[in-house]
Amino acid sequence: MKVLVPIKRVIDYNVKVRVKADNSNVDLANVKMAINPFCEIAVEEAVRLKEAGTATEVIAVSIGDKSCQEQLRTALALGADRAIQIDTDQNLDSINVAKLLQKVVEEEQPQLVILGKQAIDSDNNQTGQMLAALTGMAQGTFASEVKVEGDKVNVTREVDGGLQTLALNLPAIVTTDLRLNEPRYASLPNIMKAKRKPLDVKSAADFGIDLTARTNIIKVTPPAERQAGIIVESIDELVEKLKNEAKVIS
Amino acid sequence: MSVLVYAEHDNNQLKADTLKTVAAAQAIGGDIHLLVAGHNCQAVAEAASQVNGVAKVLVADNEAYQHQLAENISLLVTELAADYDHIIATALTTGKNFMPRVAALLDVTQVSDIIAVESSDTFVRPIYAGNAIATVQSLDSKKVITVRPTGFDAVATDGNAEVVALDKVTNAGISSHVSDELSVSERPDLGAASVVISGGRGMQNGDNFKLLEGIADKLGAAIGASRAAVDAGFVPNDMQVGQTGKIVAPDLYIAVGISGAIQHLAGMKDSKIIVAINKDAEAPIFQVADYGLVADLFDALPELESKL
Repeated sequence: MKVLVPIKRVIDYNVKVRVKADNSNVDLANVKMAINPFCEIAVEEAVRLKEAGTATEVIAVSIGDKSCQEQLRTALALGADRAIQIDTDQNLDSINVAKLLQKVVEEEQPQLVILGKQAIDSDNNQTGQMLAALTGMAQGTFASEVKVEGDKVNVTREVDGGLQTLALNLPAIVTTDLRLNEPRYASLPNIMKAKRKPLDVKSAADFGIDLTARTNIIKVTPPAERQAGIIVESIDELVEKLKNEAKVIS
Repeated sequence: MSVLVYAEHDNNQLKADTLKTVAAAQAIGGDIHLLVAGHNCQAVAEAASQVNGVAKVLVADNEAYQHQLAENISLLVTELAADYDHIIATALTTGKNFMPRVAALLDVTQVSDIIAVESSDTFVRPIYAGNAIATVQSLDSKKVITVRPTGFDAVATDGNAEVVALDKVTNAGISSHVSDELSVSERPDLGAASVVISGGRGMQNGDNFKLLEGIADKLGAAIGASRAAVDAGFVPNDMQVGQTGKIVAPDLYIAVGISGAIQHLAGMKDSKIIVAINKDAEAPIFQVADYGLVADLFDALPELESKL
């Protein structure tokens, strides 16, 4: 079966984010970019399904300008077979991303689509669920285990009180949580090999979808700073302060 | 103008965070209707009818909704959405799971995880793990919104709303529930506790989390963990406090052996009082702590327990 893995290019998770002086957005000029960590887990899961003989082909897709080819090459180096870049300069709302991906799903007919549960830039946590709704597929979000069994996939999900396991009809959508797997490092030979793997570029405009923005960012500001407090010298002093100064314990 | 609020529950109890989501609905304005979708959930419907500010409680009680599967719930909510301008849910696992499906079926985008309401179409939400705060205007005709509960104060529960049973059943039939493996704990829920004590990588292993238990028992606290402790396999993920785990804002948060990575701070920095215990005086957690103690946690924890 085919597995489709949509991935996003985002700010590297180790980089300290700074807001632009004019409060229009965060400053991404000359900042290190990387594959979204949850998307990397999605690629790893798809590659493992292929290594286990469950998947036959892993296709990575990303939406963005030419620079996202760098992240597609990363996915290819991790083991994806081919890649698709949907070219656009626009910053798209999740619903429009999901609509573009819906077209890719219609064309490629994957049995499983694995996405990260959220991107660490916009923190929306929407695209996988939206794609599931648009394609009429079942969804297993926040997955910590994925088992394909016949024409169903069993997904164990991280929920508030613990874990929940669902059985989904295939084709289905899975979104990854942190503990699903630990992504491998791409080896140098695989990085070299990835350069020769096929990468198709399609223009977003050719999909015939109205990509008009649905949201308007009015401003982006830094969060309120919390003032550092005091260093106490002993447990006795700490307990005394909590009782008499902060009054949070009795 | 009217607002549909999805009640978060487990068929037995209405989750307290729903009261905060109703507060967000009040900030938007208009008639508020609360939807209780589940199975054998009369107790929840009863509790929902007492939530202040709610004009009507809609109850969809059917087997198809027992586990609140996203495929079935989203069809139900989308159908009801015709009568509302705003559809709102709490940004907990159920709401996060099905709400984007509703948005897509309505052909709108979703505004996730709001922490404040500026007007009926403009909302404030954290982005980049809380390192930036965006004010976002939704241009869609219907607004589909999830609410981060720590951003709002719970409404009272001395109301008396009309309860209406819905008989329409929507069952997509493409997914089914297999099993739950829920953590059993005598302690309060992380999200609802007024005191939280969390351990980080400094705890060294899962066994050492027992050192937190005695203190948690004395304070009536919930026990949490940093992502580093979860990643290292010390404790399960449902204990994780942080941008990728639970967002908490208790009266007292005690961080033990936690360095204070950005992603952890995003999950707890709205706590009223923060205490940090760490042997590294340079740890960034001290920059957000009201009270810091530079000490070896293996000495400090037993002493703290004995003095409470």
